[in-house]
Amino acid sequence: MSLRTDLGRVRGLGSAKDGTAHWWSQRVTAVALIPLSLWFIYSAVTLVGIDRAGFKVWLNAPGSILLMSLFVIALFYHMQLGLQVVVEDYVHNERNKIFLLVLNKLVAVFFAVSSIIAIIKVAFGG
Amino acid sequence: MVEFNLPKNSRVVKGQTHKAPDGATNIKKFKVYRYDPDQDKNPQLDTYEVDMDSCGPMVLDALIKIKNEMDPTLTFRRSCREGVCGSCAMNVDGTNTLACTKDLAEIKGDAAIYPLPHMPVIKDLVPDLSTPYAQYTSIQPWVKADTPAPGTERLQSPEDREKLDGLWECVLCFCCSTSCPSYWWNGDRYLGPAILLQAYRWIVDSRDERTGERLDDLEDPFKLYRCHTIMNCTNTCPKSLNPGLAIAETKKLMVERM
Ligand code: SF4
Ligand code: SF4
Ligand code: FES
Repeated sequence: MSLRTDLGRVRGLGSAKDGTAHWWSQRVTAVALIPLSLWFIYSAVTLVGIDRAGFKVWLNAPGSILLMSLFVIALFYHMQLGLQVVVEDYVHNERNKIFLLVLNKLVAVFFAVSSIIAIIKVAFGG
Repeated sequence: MVEFNLPKNSRVVKGQTHKAPDGATNIKKFKVYRYDPDQDKNPQLDTYEVDMDSCGPMVLDALIKIKNEMDPTLTFRRSCREGVCGSCAMNVDGTNTLACTKDLAEIKGDAAIYPLPHMPVIKDLVPDLSTPYAQYTSIQPWVKADTPAPGTERLQSPEDREKLDGLWECVLCFCCSTSCPSYWWNGDRYLGPAILLQAYRWIVDSRDERTGERLDDLEDPFKLYRCHTIMNCTNTCPKSLNPGLAIAETKKLMVERM
């Protein structure tokens, strides 16, 4: 039981003076992902049935490797921002929340870095 | 985690039926949520058969008739009976609204009447609004100016006054906040649409000199950014205001000063 006043409870720890950058980044990555996803889907469709050597040639074109890298960065960044909101909305146990928020960031970085390594290996590897 | 089921002692059970008086021909059934904190019982849904031939046109008229003529224990808030005090907010026919301005003719079939959703219930249709009231206090809803007050009133141009239209009309009924899923899940920290609309009302008031400070206080992942533009708030507002827009405008100002 707490005898704290409603106003004291509601003011709580005050404002974090944070959140705008998150909100803005989510919007910017969403907008960036519209053309990038369309390009990715278009490329995937046109590349159906191609062999590894052909794919390597395609990926080596400056446009392809650049857009491919931007696509995975924007995608996993956006995913991380979105899942963070879901966790903050629904997980109310403070320890679980912090654990999931950190896990979310690590997984997103893991996926993004793995994808970039894969792109580099396929493009420049043997 | 979010709870999708009501706790055991909050589940609504079947209640009593209060029959219409003999000879009534035009009967409408009202299914009303009842909860009495003095009795160790679950909330129940009582049915009242109201004789519509001797009932006023609004939902509040029916509730007053029930209380006067059928069951004096039925408890609800009301004051102005004309949509300006915000007291009679409740969930009618599945939507949060003001009972005094909700036309009975719009309700097809039985009328289901519940308190505002996801708030602690004090009794029957009276929710505990202490938290939103405290949240209202927390945004300091008054003009804050450091320029010494002139001998007359602080002036405002007609154009600047127009910016308050769609904001000053809010009657703080909390229909919007209690319809907002974000407020349900995080109402202890999220300010909710009613309070954010009020906060914006002082942010855009040309006479206020602490706009930046007000934005500082709102800039928080929970106080402001729990709003995910679900727009339940705007759909339900009985005064046809647009809290969702006020929140979007606030977010725009946040980006502008980034
Ligand atoms: S914005 Fe509308 S629904 Fe929300 S508190 Fe004000 S009048 Fe009520
Ligand atoms: S727009 Fe924002 S405040 Fe309105 S219902 Fe949706 S989340 Fe809640
Ligand atoms: S009684 Fe005042 S708003 Fe309904």
